[in-house]
Amino acid sequence: MQSISDYMAERHRECDELFALAEEAVAIDDWDSGAKRFAGFHRGMEAHFVQEEGTLFPAFEEATGMTMGPTYVMKNEHRNMREVFDEMKQAVEAKDADRYLGLSETLLVLMQQHNLKEDQVLYPMMDQALAASAAQLIAQLELAREPKAVACQCAGR
Amino acid sequence: MKESGLAVEQAPPIWVPFRFFFTAPAFGVLAAGTLAWGGPDALASLYSPATLAATHLLTLGFMAMVMLGAVMQIMPVVVGSPIPAPRLTAWCVHLPLAGGSLALSMGFVVDGTPLLRIGVALLGFAFGAFIIAAAAGLARAPASSTTRNGLWLAVGGLAATVVSGILLASSRGWDIALPTFALTSLHPAWGLVGWTAILVIVIAYVVVPMFQMTRPYPLPMTRWFHPAIAALLAVWSALAWNGVEGPMLNLPGYAVAASCLLFAVVTLKLQAGRRRRLPDVTLDFWRVAMASLAAAAVLWTLRTLVPETVRPRADIVTGILMIDGFAMSAITGMLYKIVPFMAWFHLQALNLGRGVAPNMKMIIPDKNARRQFRLHVAALAALLAAVALPEALVPMPEAWVQLAAILLAAAQGALLWNLIGAARLFRRYLLLQHG
Repeated sequence: MQSISDYMAERHRECDELFALAEEAVAIDDWDSGAKRFAGFHRGMEAHFVQEEGTLFPAFEEATGMTMGPTYVMKNEHRNMREVFDEMKQAVEAKDADRYLGLSETLLVLMQQHNLKEDQVLYPMMDQALAASAAQLIAQLELAREPKAVACQCAGR
Repeated sequence: MKESGLAVEQAPPIWVPFRFFFTAPAFGVLAAGTLAWGGPDALASLYSPATLAATHLLTLGFMAMVMLGAVMQIMPVVVGSPIPAPRLTAWCVHLPLAGGSLALSMGFVVDGTPLLRIGVALLGFAFGAFIIAAAAGLARAPASSTTRNGLWLAVGGLAATVVSGILLASSRGWDIALPTFALTSLHPAWGLVGWTAILVIVIAYVVVPMFQMTRPYPLPMTRWFHPAIAALLAVWSALAWNGVEGPMLNLPGYAVAASCLLFAVVTLKLQAGRRRRLPDVTLDFWRVAMASLAAAAVLWTLRTLVPETVRPRADIVTGILMIDGFAMSAITGMLYKIVPFMAWFHLQALNLGRGVAPNMKMIIPDKNARRQFRLHVAALAALLAAVALPEALVPMPEAWVQLAAILLAAAQGALLWNLIGAARLFRRYLLLQHG
């Protein structure tokens, strides 16, 4: 049976792939691809946030009583990332490659350090606190998954 | 479960690590000046006054300065536990470290025991404060992890370096008889490998896959590699301390060198297969760092195994490769990610919809970083040429050392310039958002 941390680490990797695909299209000024891929990446990230904020975080907060701890910090960083997504969307619409690439570099660090905190600290805490309901939670998350992300995973690298 | 991990005030205030990062290149410039001042003696021997001074200005004033600041910054991120009382800790570490580095280096140059004593006292205080604070933070980490254990090892390596360094400096400063022969080998080994290399390796496990989207390091490697290196160093130290010489002493040494070579090769391979293929100055700094680490490992092995095949001053070449080629390259590459990101992150947090925080490439533009990278590589090449090439190829070696010193000063000055540019932009936006 897959643990929550393993399952979510896979979701992180999928999002990384979508990120890289969008960035490399913009870097060669291929705005048709770039716009589509960015939209796919944006949707994938929103779906991932919904998985966390809608299902995992509430379950964790209920099980541990920690509402101002790790989940609070992660939700704040989701907000930060959403602001960057909005700016990136503007850059795509304006076909401003320099702006997009500056933002994607920044988002990369933000996203990766965020994922690191989740992978190294929060998800292991969830594995402990939600051990009994892990299978059920993962099933719930799978039901709500973004189909495009699944397709990209199959495309592989 | 403790809440200390990812609580709201997880990141220290920006000037806690920033003061360390901004001070470091100033010491780089000072080190260059020391080499220029040293004349024919500079880089003639590992223990000449100018070389000792320049070495410590770089290892303490640049390397330790950035590494301590960086550890304070990343601990909440990688182990979920901050350094306790970050502002107080920064005060107790930064100024004594800067003052101590200056005093110690000047003490080497003027052969002054009062300066050496002041240096020992200040450095002992600075590192003592840091080690205690870091240990407290690590002890409170909510989860056990490779990174946490790796940081423990690195801090242990730092402690060994500091203790051996203090003993060595004290034997000069207070004229005490100590087994300095063993200590003069132990001190740089722990400093360059037990502290620096282990810290870089442990951080690399995290940041190389993170920034360049490479495959992760092999899992067994991330578990066993750095403990093995530390254990081998410990064995080697015990043997050296007990006066063992020859092949039996060298065996663990070869194993450490082979480990460093292996790490460099694995890292270069991972980076070659990276997913994200955009040009990246940090990546190029890392490649120079790994190539230098590999070269240093090979050179040290050759020098120990078959000393007659290797030129004199190979020990200095190894030192240049480890300090400037390996450590300073990796550190500078990381600064070009850490400083712009932190500036953006703090401005973003204050944003409150009043304006858009400048993104990382606006805070330190790529072309400025790239220009400084070229100067850094030129300085490294000149330093190596000044020492490694035979006189037939390098007439007037003193002139080459002067050239290398100028290039080093230029490279460090350019780094300082880039960081100051970032700070000025940061302050401008800060004032805009408060206004």
